Order: sequence, then C-alpha cells, then structure tokens
Amino acid sequence: MKRIIELQNISKAFDGETVLDNISLEIYDGEFITLLGPSGCGKTTTLRLIGGFETADEGNVYFKGKRINDVPAHKRHVNTVFQKYALFPHLNVFENIAFSLRLQKVEKKEIISRVKEILEMVSLKGFEHKNVTLLSGGQQQRVAIARALISHPKVLLLDEPLGALDLKLRKDMQNELKNIQKQTGITFIYVTHDQEEALSMSDRVVVMSDGRIQQIGTPTDIYNEPVNAFVADFIGESNIVDGVMPEDQKVRFAGHTFECVDSGFAPGEAVDVVVRPEDVDVVSPEKGHLKGTVTAVTFKGVHYEIIVDIGGFKWMIQSTDYAAEGDHIGLFIEPEAIHIMKKSEYSGLYGDYSSFSDELEELSDADSVEED
Amino acid sequence: MIKKNLLRSAAAAPHIVWSVLFIVFPLLFVAYFAFTDGAGAFTLENITSLGEHTQTFVLSIALSIIATFICFLIGYPLAYIITTAPESHQKFYMLLLMLPMWTNLLIRTYSMMAIMDDGGLINNILAALDWGQIHLIGTKGAVVFGMVYDFLPYMVLPIYTVMSKIDRRLLEAARDLGCSPVQVLLKVIVPLSMSGVISGITMVFVPSISTFYISQKLGGGTFELLGDTIERQFQNEATYNVGAAIALVMMVLILISLAVMNRFGDDDEGGVVL
Repeated sequence: MKRIIELQNISKAFDGETVLDNISLEIYDGEFITLLGPSGCGKTTTLRLIGGFETADEGNVYFKGKRINDVPAHKRHVNTVFQKYALFPHLNVFENIAFSLRLQKVEKKEIISRVKEILEMVSLKGFEHKNVTLLSGGQQQRVAIARALISHPKVLLLDEPLGALDLKLRKDMQNELKNIQKQTGITFIYVTHDQEEALSMSDRVVVMSDGRIQQIGTPTDIYNEPVNAFVADFIGESNIVDGVMPEDQKVRFAGHTFECVDSGFAPGEAVDVVVRPEDVDVVSPEKGHLKGTVTAVTFKGVHYEIIVDIGGFKWMIQSTDYAAEGDHIGLFIEPEAIHIMKKSEYSGLYGDYSSFSDELEELSDADSVEED
Repeated sequence: MIKKNLLRSAAAAPHIVWSVLFIVFPLLFVAYFAFTDGAGAFTLENITSLGEHTQTFVLSIALSIIATFICFLIGYPLAYIITTAPESHQKFYMLLLMLPMWTNLLIRTYSMMAIMDDGGLINNILAALDWGQIHLIGTKGAVVFGMVYDFLPYMVLPIYTVMSKIDRRLLEAARDLGCSPVQVLLKVIVPLSMSGVISGITMVFVPSISTFYISQKLGGGTFELLGDTIERQFQNEATYNVGAAIALVMMVLILISLAVMNRFGDDDEGGVVL
C-alpha cells in the first residue's frame, strides 16, 4: 500500500503542557483510519497538524513523501469536516458546497453539475437554495461533508463529525460515511472518542492516550490483542487482573493456573491478564475454574451483566444465563479467552468493576464530548 | 399569570412615560411647528421655503458622507486588527478607543481648535521646523476632521462587536477550503460583518449631519451646516417654524437612508440600529 501521509516524531506543547509526545504514524492511501482516545489525548491536535492549523514543535509531517510542515492550510490537498460543521451562515447550501470550486475558478456549468451530483451522494437532492442555518444537525453535517468532498481532496479529515447528533442518526451517518469513503476511495482520517464508532467504521484504529500512541491495528486486533491495560479498558469492557506466567502457555491468576495461548514471556514474569466479559462461561461452582458470589445483576436485553466477587476482585460477566444476586457460581474460562499483556504504566488502574456503574460511565462520556 | 403581566407592565411604565414625554411629544411639536405659521394656522410655506437652504442641505450631506467614509476606512481595519489581538488585550484596546469619549465633546472640539488654529500647535511646530504655515481652521477639511475624530469610536464599536462574534472555525474552514488570508477576509469576514458596518455608518452619519458645534468651531463661521441653520432659526422666535421644518425634513431624509441601509444589511442578527 502507498503511504499518503507520514507523521515523524511529532511533539507539540501548548503553554508548556505536552499535548503530543513523539508521535509517529503512517497513513496509507485510501484507508479509513481512526484516531481514538479520551479527551485531551491529542487526537484532535494530531488532526489539526495534518490539516495545517497547528505547527509541530518537533518532528515532520509528510504528504506523499514531501515535507509539508510549512505549507499553509489553504495549500494542502486535505479538507476537513469540522466538529460543529462550521458552515458559512451567509451562504446557502449551494454556495457553501461550491465555495472551494469558486476559489479554483471552475466553470459555472461544471460547478452546477458537480454540486448537484454531490448533493445526491449525501441525499440532499433539491436543497440547493436552502438557508444552512435552518437545516437540522444531520442535514448540516451532510452539507459539511459535501463541501469538503467536492474538490476531490486526497485526504478527508473528520473531527468528531457525529458528536452532536443523536444516537439513531449517528448510526445511520456512520454507515453513510463508510459508504462514501468506499465510493470515493478518499483516505479518511477520523477522530472520535467513541470506541464503538471507531471499531465499526475503521480499517485501522490508532488508540491514543496522554499524547502518545498506545496501539495501532485493525479493529479486531485492537479488541482481541490490546497491548496494555489502557487499551483493553478503553476498547470494550474487560476484566484486567494481575497474573504471573510460570512458563509459556500457562498463567496463574485469581488463585488458579490456567492454560493460555500466549508465550514469549520470561518464566515467572508478572503480567496483566485480560478476560472479556462475554468470554466467560457461567457454570455450577464445582465445574468452574473460579468461584464467586454474584453482587449485582443488570438486564441488558441481549444478555445479563453480572458482577461477581472473586476473592475481593469484582469481575464483570456478560451471560445469557440468569444468576440471582447472592448466588454462588463458577466461572469457566477457555484458553483462547485469556489475553496476556506486558505490565505498563497503566497496570492496576483499570479493569476492576468494584466501583462500576453505568451512570458514571455515561458521565465520563458526556465530559469528553464537552471538552474536546 | 395576570399578576405577573401587571407587574411587567408596571415595570415598563417609567420607560413608556419617559418615551412619550421626551421623544413622542417633542417630535409631535416639531411636526406641529413645521406645518403652522407664527399664529398657529396650518401652512405648507415653511416646507416650500426650504428651497433657499438647498446648498446647506447638499453641503451637510456631502461632508457627512465624506466623514462617514473616512471613519469606515479607518474604523474597519482597526476593528479587524483588534479582533485578531489576544482576547486579554482586546478589552484594553477598546478602552483606549473609548477613552476620548469620556471627555466632553465641547472640550475636545475646543482642543482641536487650539491644535489647528493659525497660531496653534500644528502651525507652531511647522514654524519651528521652518516648513511654512498651513491654514486649517475654518476649512471644510477641518470640519470633516472634527467629525471623524469625534465619531470614529461609533464606527469601530459596532463593527468590532459583530466581528468578534464571528466563529473562528469559519475562518479555519475557509482556509481549509483554499482561501488565502486575503480571501478569508473578503469572502467570510467582510460579508459576516456587514451588519456592524451598517450600524457604524448609521451611528456616524446621523450625528455628523446634525452637528452644529463642530462646524461652528472648526468651520470658523465661514459656512453653515444644517445643524447651524436649525440653531439660528430657533434663536429667533419669528423663524421657529422654519427651523422645525428643516429639522423635520432632515429627520425624514435620515429615516429614508436608514431604511435603505437596513435593506442592504439583509440580516436579522444584532448590531443594527432601528
């Protein structure tokens, strides 16, 4: 695959506070890549560096092999869909979309036909003469996408473009964006704090935290093989417990030695063990590897979310079988369900469900939308 | 609910009384005097006799337009430069701009006389440098200068207010779509700040056309503007009605031009007077 953008050892600080800490990233032509992370992780700054709205303190930005650190935003072959659309309120839908074509002095006839064509692509046929300020959020979003796409940029940057839409609309737009990306073959660089969005849309996901890239990989890789406790916790739900690898393909945690599929660790090395809630089978106590007491049960529709206390550590289990609060149950964990990670600075910070509540989760989500 | 409404109207009462007493009544009086003769009988003579003041009308309008235009030429870039400064500095710059307005208009005009007089500051400096003399006071240029100096803040303030409210992301979006810095200004900032420009033009043009003080002091009595004419008519009891007629016609002219301006503004967002 051809590299279209390359970030090389980029660092950036605002008022002495490090926002990006030695970031390197290669982006390939035609891919849908997502920068994912909590607010303040540096994902938006990375996007703005590519767009030309920020300059790196250190490091280089390359576009098709050419260094573009000093190329101003208006001369880059990169367009942006902004977080809150940033449509020009003094122009109607047609003029908003035609904006870049008019600057390029494209012929009138061609402008008309291209705007018409792109309006059809974003399902806004017949909206040419509408006032943009009177459109709904979803419609404004489509205009913003059309405006950014009409001049056929090589790369489209999308900064949390669906953040302001409600859930239902967001899902629809996710599909549409993915379709548009496939149709046009334009490289999409997408920024979001929503892991579900990242997993369902992207070819590759870049997980960021504290101004550093934690992991780059396909959605499946990121989910199944997280490199550290931060990634494991940020992507989906996970139980993260301390463990020791006595030998290859054996790991001891929660008072039991399990078979596993990982190897390559030093004998006796302390590790973080990830077990996804949906990979644990609920069985009778005598048949389980681990035994514990159910402390909470929540019905989630597809499954029950069961919190189990095992020796003081609260595990989250997602199971279609019901267990009542106070029940003694056994947990059965297959070797493939166990993922071993090297210890990192994030060890011990995540993965325990003793203080877990949906409400808190939502609160922190809402926070990150506000700030970013 | 009814109680609340009563309370609300009660709270608005002083404003209504004030408006009626000091705005509506005086306007009615002006209209009354304009259409009556000394004895109180209805007449159109005051209005028809205004032909002899045509020259004053033309001169007043011309000088006000020139002053307003110069205010725009200075005020627009100034407002733009202020909005590009760091936010913490912007308040300070606006304070500097407003500072002269804390001094009475009269005193400011007098000091301008002192500066522009034949034996004033400018000519003293020129003399000291041996660069000859220039006659400033009593010229139309001096009057325009006075108008610009006195009313410039009225141009900058509304433009600055509208401009500083423009979403910075729109400017980024414009750059993103290929606008050079100059194009960002022409294609986004200028159209989005038009409502401020229109307010500014109104707020400079109206006091300029009706001023009598600036023209008397800086014009040195060599020519007369509308404000002076009205003042002269009112100082003489016999010509009260003519003065009222001039005032009325001027008011109508201003209202017409405001209506035209607002049409150009074509905008429902703040900043527009009237």
